[in-house]
Amino acid sequence: MAFYVVQFLTGLASAASLFLVASGLSIIFGVTRIVNFAHGAFYMLGAYIAFTLTEQFSGALGFWGGIVVAAAIVALAGVLVEIVLLRRIYHSPELFQLLATFGLTLMVEDLVVLIWGPDDLLGRRAPGFKGAIDFFGQNIPSYDLFLIVLGPVVLAILWLLFQRTRWGILVRAATQDRDMVAALGVNQKWLFTSVFAVGVFLAALGGALQIPRDAVHHAMDLRVIVEVFVVVVIGGLGSIVGAFVAAVLVSELNAFGILIFPKISIILVFLVMAVVLIIRPWGLFGKAEAPARRTPGLTVNPWRPLTSGERLAALAALAVAAALPLVGGNYALTVGAEIAIFVIFAASLHFLMSVGGLASFGHAAYFGLGAYGVAFLAKMAGLPMILCLLLGPLLGCVGAAVFGFFAVQLSGVYFAMLTLAFAQIVWSIAFQWVAVTGGDNGILGLWPESWAASPSHFYWLSLGIAAASVIALRIAIFSPFGYALRATRDSLLRSEAVGIDAKRIQWTAFVIAGTVAGVAGALFAYLKGSVFPDNLGISLSVDALVMVLLGGVETVSGPVIGAIVYKALNIWLVSQTDLSKLVLGAFIVVIVVVFPKGIVGMLEAFTQRRRPSSAKSSLVTSPIESAE
Amino acid sequence: MRRSRYFIGAALALLTGGMANSALAQSEIKIGEINSYSLLPAFTEPYRKGWQLALEEVNAAGGINGKKLVVISKDDGGKPADAQTAANELVSSEGVAMLAGTFLSNIGLAVSDFANQKKVFFLAAEPLTDAITWSKGNRYTFRLRPSNYMQAAMLVEAAAKLPAKRWATIAPNYEYGQSAVAVFKKLMSEKRPDIQWVDEQWPPQGKIDAGPVVQAVAAANPEAILNVTFGADLVKLVREGNTRGLFKNRAVVSFLTGEPEYLDPLKDETPEGWIVTGYPWYSIKSPEHDKFLKAYQAKYNDYPRLGSIVGYQTIKSAAAILTKAGSTDPEKLIAAAEGLSVGSPFGEITFRKIDHQSTLGAFVGKTALKDGKGVMVESSYKKGSDYLPSDAEVEKLRLKQ
Repeated sequence: MAFYVVQFLTGLASAASLFLVASGLSIIFGVTRIVNFAHGAFYMLGAYIAFTLTEQFSGALGFWGGIVVAAAIVALAGVLVEIVLLRRIYHSPELFQLLATFGLTLMVEDLVVLIWGPDDLLGRRAPGFKGAIDFFGQNIPSYDLFLIVLGPVVLAILWLLFQRTRWGILVRAATQDRDMVAALGVNQKWLFTSVFAVGVFLAALGGALQIPRDAVHHAMDLRVIVEVFVVVVIGGLGSIVGAFVAAVLVSELNAFGILIFPKISIILVFLVMAVVLIIRPWGLFGKAEAPARRTPGLTVNPWRPLTSGERLAALAALAVAAALPLVGGNYALTVGAEIAIFVIFAASLHFLMSVGGLASFGHAAYFGLGAYGVAFLAKMAGLPMILCLLLGPLLGCVGAAVFGFFAVQLSGVYFAMLTLAFAQIVWSIAFQWVAVTGGDNGILGLWPESWAASPSHFYWLSLGIAAASVIALRIAIFSPFGYALRATRDSLLRSEAVGIDAKRIQWTAFVIAGTVAGVAGALFAYLKGSVFPDNLGISLSVDALVMVLLGGVETVSGPVIGAIVYKALNIWLVSQTDLSKLVLGAFIVVIVVVFPKGIVGMLEAFTQRRRPSSAKSSLVTSPIESAE
Repeated sequence: MRRSRYFIGAALALLTGGMANSALAQSEIKIGEINSYSLLPAFTEPYRKGWQLALEEVNAAGGINGKKLVVISKDDGGKPADAQTAANELVSSEGVAMLAGTFLSNIGLAVSDFANQKKVFFLAAEPLTDAITWSKGNRYTFRLRPSNYMQAAMLVEAAAKLPAKRWATIAPNYEYGQSAVAVFKKLMSEKRPDIQWVDEQWPPQGKIDAGPVVQAVAAANPEAILNVTFGADLVKLVREGNTRGLFKNRAVVSFLTGEPEYLDPLKDETPEGWIVTGYPWYSIKSPEHDKFLKAYQAKYNDYPRLGSIVGYQTIKSAAAILTKAGSTDPEKLIAAAEGLSVGSPFGEITFRKIDHQSTLGAFVGKTALKDGKGVMVESSYKKGSDYLPSDAEVEKLRLKQ
């Protein structure tokens, strides 16, 4: 019995650590709607700075002071980031802020290694909380007890802050309806900055408090960021109490789950999230979001098919690309094929995200399923390559049909997180089912047949399929189906009022996007000659998001340009420098500031400005926008 | 450093034109090296220092049959797909004579499969998976470090002497952890049929929630524990285990923990008396190692980690293979490497013909605390050749191509 009590308390201590970080993320998202990918980076910085301070200053005051000061320093850095970077892009398309914070995260990961060195660092133990307390023969670390108390204390302080201060009232009002708060004359700028500062402070505090029990190292951010997101979503976005309950739920399920299924940790939080979101689409304590008042995008610059001149230009570009084998060597061709594959992948996500308004955080699942589909067909059934390429993506299609059915019942960030949960579930199956998938050692020896083996042939194959996929998706965008899909995106209520079955349209779009991603994955399997669980992983999903956002989420051609720029740059940087993350992150941050609508979005805005006729059209559309 | 060489090379090529460039290419031999530099700097920084030292020594001694040896190094970011992109660039664009390096098992396997497909010689440095030389082995791939199997066999030798009968295991939930536990269990149960396996914990790699894991293992009340976690996970596990008294009166056998990369971060919290594999650079007394240690410390003013040895020996072995082959033809390289014996800081090692595994060994000893730092004591070197299964068994394990 004593054991179960201690295990419960241990779970509570883990929950408290998780809650500190999650609460910060939750309030930042609730008010500013920023998906703050850099939250983990702030957590890590908190730990590193606290490490330095507590090594410098000894004694209890040095330790506890160091922790608080470290959190304050990071909060200041957060304020700086908010003022310099995020303020510029609050009016950019949704999720564009994710791109900026992603860039920051990449930079911080390299910076901490440059500043603090590559070794894992062992922080001090907390003065007064070094040992353990005996509980009927079981030991409980006293620091765990401290954390168990601290969690609810922080919760209470936050609750008081939100319920009993004017600032808190404004924050809650902004969480509920930002525009109304602005209309009532509240200075949103400083409200946002202060909320961001509080959120970052909590993240850094959470990181700093880990130093007595963890190692400080450069991958801490990744370890925590996804889990924290999941906790926030399970609890319900913007709900502090929800975050607390979710943290306790997840931690206790883990603490007791491993007693029965020792391998459960790897997937547990995602399973919980999937179940919670299917039963309660807005998390445990979240409320249904009010229908969006503003049309998300495209109000200024309506989409149109390419003019014949532009079609010719696109054809010419394709012809130039097809001529690459005349000048490029084997390496250039293989890189070219990889970029073409990622163009397909980005275009498929774009179809879901920009056309359908459904941003998926787990799109790599269908890419990876396509790749595994090919691997199963080729290795187990021994089918020829052409059949594998045709049938392999069907696995992506099936996956998208099953998961999409549940996912499209949700919207916004909840949709995104449910897709992430599904992707992680698929990933963990690929990772764990060693007998079939080979586990993390993957499936090897999947090389193209001789007709496609030479780099130039494979390049042409990839380029051809990429061109066909992009054209097919464009045709779909401008087909009646595409219009219906865009209608569901722009106004769900109106589209349903005119008789569009929104859920079915969105589900169909999800399946199309998943299948096309599967095509990309199938090609990728042959390009690399192998399939790994990585192909289903979070980082690939994030890559796809970054490509679409970089190109411009409100444009039709954005993903193509975004994929080419991002992938080419990534491959080149990784090849040239060990600090590729720092340079790539800085590049993304600069792009975000210079091109707040993405590369293609900015180019379009530029040409629009030069065309006098468009000035009129934006005048016509802007009243409509504000009237909605 | 690497970039500056790259730019100097490019500038030279531009200045002297195509003719001189091809002349330059003829007077040098390139090795393409890939590792997870950005993902695992704690291992790869000393590793890089190691191979740079070896490269300097090789060229100071006249290079490869008079030609200068050049290493072109690439980061794989910890992703198999990126490692293949890098391998392709090295082979297709840089025209390297062979590939070398890699740390993670899945990346080692990905590059080994690439090497097999493109018919390029590949010397895997660090990946520990048994698959790379056995079930998924191929004729183009050789491996330097003692495999999972070998390290498990070394530890089992010591572990079987313990009186403990009730064992629990803690291992990261991925291929390395799974196969380390599987081999250890198999070999251990062969030697000690009386052993019971009472609990196993599989925290996700890099994400251990140490408190509940420690508590769960303690609840099973084992007499001994096998640990396979390393890096930050190990730090967390040790801290929780120390506070909760998990290791009190229990024997612990642990993979890799004696390597300075993983032992040093534990500082004054190093648990004492664990049976570990590792690299006690401070207590190795042999002329070969002294020479290496002196050269390393003179060049870097730092002590070597195991990564330094792996990096150093990878390039030393590669140079020996290239010298013996007298050619960059992959078939000749394979012929030269099979059965080749080379000197190493740990004594002479041989690349076995039968499975392309080197006989580099490891040190087995016990952890101890000395001046607030973790050290390995009572350590002895175990030759790799003594801990491999019989040839007949290896032939069964290794698929014939």
